Amino acid sequence: MEPILSARGLVKRYGRVTALDHADFDLMPGEILAVIGDNGAGKSTLIKALCGAVNPDEGEIRLEGQVMNFTNPMQARNAGIETVYQNLALSPALSISDNMFLGREIRKKGLAGSVLRMLDRGAMEKRARDKLSELGLMTIQNISQAVETLSGGQRQGVAVARAAAFGSKVVIMDEPTAALGVKESRRVLELILDVKKRGIPIILISHNMPHVFEVADRVHIHRLGRRLAVINPKEHSMSDAVAYMTGAKVPEGAVAA
Amino acid sequence: MSQPQEFEKVLTGSVTTVAQFEDHKSGLKRLQHFLHSSPAMVPLIVLLALILFFGIAKGEKFFSAYTLTLIMQQVAVVGILAAAQTLVVLTAGIDLAIGVIMVLSFVIMGNMVVSYGMPAGVALIAGFLVAGFCGWVNGFLVSKLKLPPFIVTLGTWNIIMAICLIYSENATMREADVTAATPWLHIFGISFKIGPAVVTLGVLAMIGLYVVLWYMLNYTAFGRHIYAVGDDPDAAELAGIRTSKVLTATYTLAGLIAGLAAWVSIGRNGSISPSTVVTDFNLQAITAAVIGGISLFGGRGSILGVLFGTLIVGVMSMGLNMLNADPQWKVLLTGVLIIGAVAIDQWIRKVSG
Repeated sequence: MEPILSARGLVKRYGRVTALDHADFDLMPGEILAVIGDNGAGKSTLIKALCGAVNPDEGEIRLEGQVMNFTNPMQARNAGIETVYQNLALSPALSISDNMFLGREIRKKGLAGSVLRMLDRGAMEKRARDKLSELGLMTIQNISQAVETLSGGQRQGVAVARAAAFGSKVVIMDEPTAALGVKESRRVLELILDVKKRGIPIILISHNMPHVFEVADRVHIHRLGRRLAVINPKEHSMSDAVAYMTGAKVPEGAVAA
Repeated sequence: MSQPQEFEKVLTGSVTTVAQFEDHKSGLKRLQHFLHSSPAMVPLIVLLALILFFGIAKGEKFFSAYTLTLIMQQVAVVGILAAAQTLVVLTAGIDLAIGVIMVLSFVIMGNMVVSYGMPAGVALIAGFLVAGFCGWVNGFLVSKLKLPPFIVTLGTWNIIMAICLIYSENATMREADVTAATPWLHIFGISFKIGPAVVTLGVLAMIGLYVVLWYMLNYTAFGRHIYAVGDDPDAAELAGIRTSKVLTATYTLAGLIAGLAAWVSIGRNGSISPSTVVTDFNLQAITAAVIGGISLFGGRGSILGVLFGTLIVGVMSMGLNMLNADPQWKVLLTGVLIIGAVAIDQWIRKVSG
């Protein structure tokens, strides 16, 4: 099977620090791929390269076999790659629906939209509300309230909902459960499986081993700026994975491809 | 569905009702929340209070349609500049050059018709082009070279001021000379009466501009992007907004609005005098924006508040004049209002803290 999203030989240096050292990456259609690694292993840089937020110095990224040279996140988004960033990338003073539709606003039909460029607030608010209640992620009274008036977990919910609503080819989630309580984390995991059920592959970056081993089909272990191995979570234990990523053990049956 | 882990199994029995909290918000808290959602209210309340105060102190003399419309005429030019300033401040920037851009623009408009004998249309286009170009230069330096807006516009402020004085040789164009060439440059000085109220086209231009900008900021994607860029530029960039394009467009638009202010200013003053380039129009515009509740940290405030902020300064100036107060009192009170407005802004922000 052809990988839907792949990367070969990615290199990214920040001054004298090498964040990515000829890293490879493969995401198969319809799978949940977890990316784990120690702090500073280069996970975030890898993800940012895949979603266009960072331009790698070397290497190439392919989406459905086509070489992609994203220079900004908008291009990745237009190509169907949607990302939930660790810092959420929400504008605090804007409303929930403004945030969900930031950069892809719906305009009114007819002259009001084409000549006056008028936004269709009603349509955007309706879709935002539908999406949020579909996820059952939170109890929000007012869809036009500013994001800064929401709790941390609710903000996370808005960011996840935004990605789930618009991702058409790949959804990337960077620590999506980090700020959430037990119940909300469970919802996000269910949501991840929901997205998978719609046939969209997901890249999940997480430090939470139980979550990773529960939902992931394969686990990409990142170490010292490159892919160390890809393991099957059903054949390896969590302590194996932790040992691999910290360098305590070297995986024997490491999948090469 | 995913299989819950052992410790999560009790979740099925968890309470499903929405969290309810006893609503014991004090009146003050409610006011804070109300002001957070409607940022134009503070300046509106201050404006009405001032009108009431001077109305009681001077009675009919102040509280007449004639006086109130006279205030509008006096603030029209600064009001238009404040609108331009507001756009820039909303992106967490500042435009110290906005005043000198206006002066350079009207000097060029005047010179085109008086010295070069060009038709009014060409003169106006040239004036707007130069103003827009100056704004674009600011925007380019801020967005592409990533220089701090304060430094960029501090520099262009001096540069444009010098260019203006060198180019014009500081020669004033008399009103009669301009009128002899064309009536079009003075069009915004045309006034008409509605009862005792005197309205100039310049005042209408200011109000029209505020309506258009209010619409743009609240009902178009570009307007929302201005807020998003000022609020958190990194988040806006990751969310897919081309922040550098938004910044360049905003500074350019501010320059074009300064061009409109130039045209209105010719109508208001009659003559065209390059020496006004040393007037602190830029600070007056910032003052109006701040009193109007625009946060200098970007991303917050309503443009309608700025219209009220402009009028607050105008009403105070006119009222104190009528009370025969020393004009320095106006300066002093403006300072108090600036600090008060920022203090209130900080308090309102704590609503989310």
